[in-house]
Amino acid sequence: MNILKISSKNLVRNKLTTILNVVLVAFGVGILSVLFLASTQINNKLENNAKDIDLVVGAKGSPLQLILSSVYHIDNPTGNIPAKDAYQLMHNPMVKRAVPLALGDNYNGYRIVGTDSTFTNLYGLSIQKGSFWHKDLEVTLGSNVALTSGLKIGDTFFGAHGLTGSGDVHKQYAYQVKGILKPQGNITDNLILTNIGSVYKMHEEKHAENHNHATAEEAKEINDKQITALLIQYKSPMSVIVFPRMVNQSTNMQAASPAMESARLFSLIGVGIDTLRWFAIFIMGVAALSIFISLYNAMKERKYDLAIMRCLGASKFKLFFLVIFEGVLVTFIGTCLGLLIGHAAIEVIGIYQETSQAKLTGLTAFPQEIYLIWIGLIIGALASLIPAMQIYKVDIAATLTKDR
Amino acid sequence: MIKVNSLTHVYEKGRKLMFPCWEIGDMEQWLLLGASGSGKSTLLNIISGLLKPSQGEVSINGTDLYTLPVRKLDRFRGRHIGIIFQRPHLIRSLDVLDNLELAALMAGLPTDHERNRSLLADLGIGELAKKYPDQLSQGQLQRVSVARALVNKPDLLIADEPTSSLDDENTNQVVKMLTTQAKDNGAALIIATHDARVRNHLTKTYLL
Repeated sequence: MNILKISSKNLVRNKLTTILNVVLVAFGVGILSVLFLASTQINNKLENNAKDIDLVVGAKGSPLQLILSSVYHIDNPTGNIPAKDAYQLMHNPMVKRAVPLALGDNYNGYRIVGTDSTFTNLYGLSIQKGSFWHKDLEVTLGSNVALTSGLKIGDTFFGAHGLTGSGDVHKQYAYQVKGILKPQGNITDNLILTNIGSVYKMHEEKHAENHNHATAEEAKEINDKQITALLIQYKSPMSVIVFPRMVNQSTNMQAASPAMESARLFSLIGVGIDTLRWFAIFIMGVAALSIFISLYNAMKERKYDLAIMRCLGASKFKLFFLVIFEGVLVTFIGTCLGLLIGHAAIEVIGIYQETSQAKLTGLTAFPQEIYLIWIGLIIGALASLIPAMQIYKVDIAATLTKDR
Repeated sequence: MIKVNSLTHVYEKGRKLMFPCWEIGDMEQWLLLGASGSGKSTLLNIISGLLKPSQGEVSINGTDLYTLPVRKLDRFRGRHIGIIFQRPHLIRSLDVLDNLELAALMAGLPTDHERNRSLLADLGIGELAKKYPDQLSQGQLQRVSVARALVNKPDLLIADEPTSSLDDENTNQVVKMLTTQAKDNGAALIIATHDARVRNHLTKTYLL
């Protein structure tokens, strides 16, 4: 027999009210924890993928699109840039490292990225099995690609034109798997890496095959080699201001900063997240009000119980604590349930998620979630404060002498 | 030993009641008689430390109740005085046994399961230990409230109109039960009543 038992027995006696209050708290906390988990995980993923990239140079167009296509590999590229202009930028004294990207093909939705060894340095890639690509048409698979496609070292496959779908297959040349990367926990897990020459080869061949109706202009485009984008790391942070302006003003290309663009993207999504967050806070408020009202109403009936307990020797403070404890117990159960619901919801969303770019999981916990529990406890205590104060007003003698 | 000295209580409406001095020895059994409205309940509330009188003092075994701070008074009442009200006033969310345990918990004493069980058995309601107050009859509830008053081995047992809602047979039983239980547990007993049926059972009377 203890305070916990008295409180829980009383809560069980008022089942429906208790359930309503627990559900309200659980809903509020659940939404908050879903928002928290989703935005933290997406943010981490985005940051992780763009960690060492200061700037992306690509064809003119939407800067956000450029970042999405060449850093996060989500959107289509803005177009191509002349390789020779790109190589000029690569040798600019402000550039510490520049990684050329040639996009355009996919295999089962996984992008085939033509690049060179600087790419592996930029992302700090290491090999799990086999080796990196060396010659044309050799590829190294991201760990996730290897896992889901079932391709092994030595296997061959055909790439398809475009970034999704497998309609237009390049049947002339097959890629050969040379190695598989260690899981990196970033976008490279979902990429197929090869050299730029392979990508050229695929597309040259395609045009050579159709040479009878290819126009002169098309032929020229092939001869003046092109790449899709350039990922740039500065030598010093000073270049942040100068370099992008130089690219945007003096060349036919555009420069976009992943940090700025993902911040912009997040501010767009942020409106939705904010709305949901306010909604969750509103629900928590309703929960607090509901707990307050139900405790306050119950006090009329509980007055007798509390007077009896005083009569049996309990101090006013003990009873004050008892009522507060009851409110806190409800919100504590609600909060734990809410966290459980939140994690389960995120896990379910993660399972049904189609894009593999930023897969969500509910099986992680963040230390910040402790704050949610604290908020729950505080709300419970606040909501039961006024009802608990009634204790100090109860006249035991009058209450017990009067008939019920 | 309980002493009541020159007590005066002034009601909120201005009515003033004065109580004659009263000394109750250890294990003595008293009737507190008086018409309704004569202040029986008021006097009982004052003796049990629930209502501070305007003047005068109440001392139980040498402790002057109203010089204690509220917190200590609550605890003293829990440990030394057992009160049986007109209505049983049990906690409805707890079963009979838990209601008894509550008395020990609230007074800050350890729970004695065996004593609680044997108290219920002595009062003839041993089989009701796991029932909830809603499931009991008026007479059974009254017995449970007697058992609860005895849980902490009080020095003084106070019963306020314990028979007002009972028939003749039950009245006899309850009064017998109160007198024998008070004797067995070594407690003094005060029964406040205006019920003529109770008078035959006790000899010492205090008239208001």
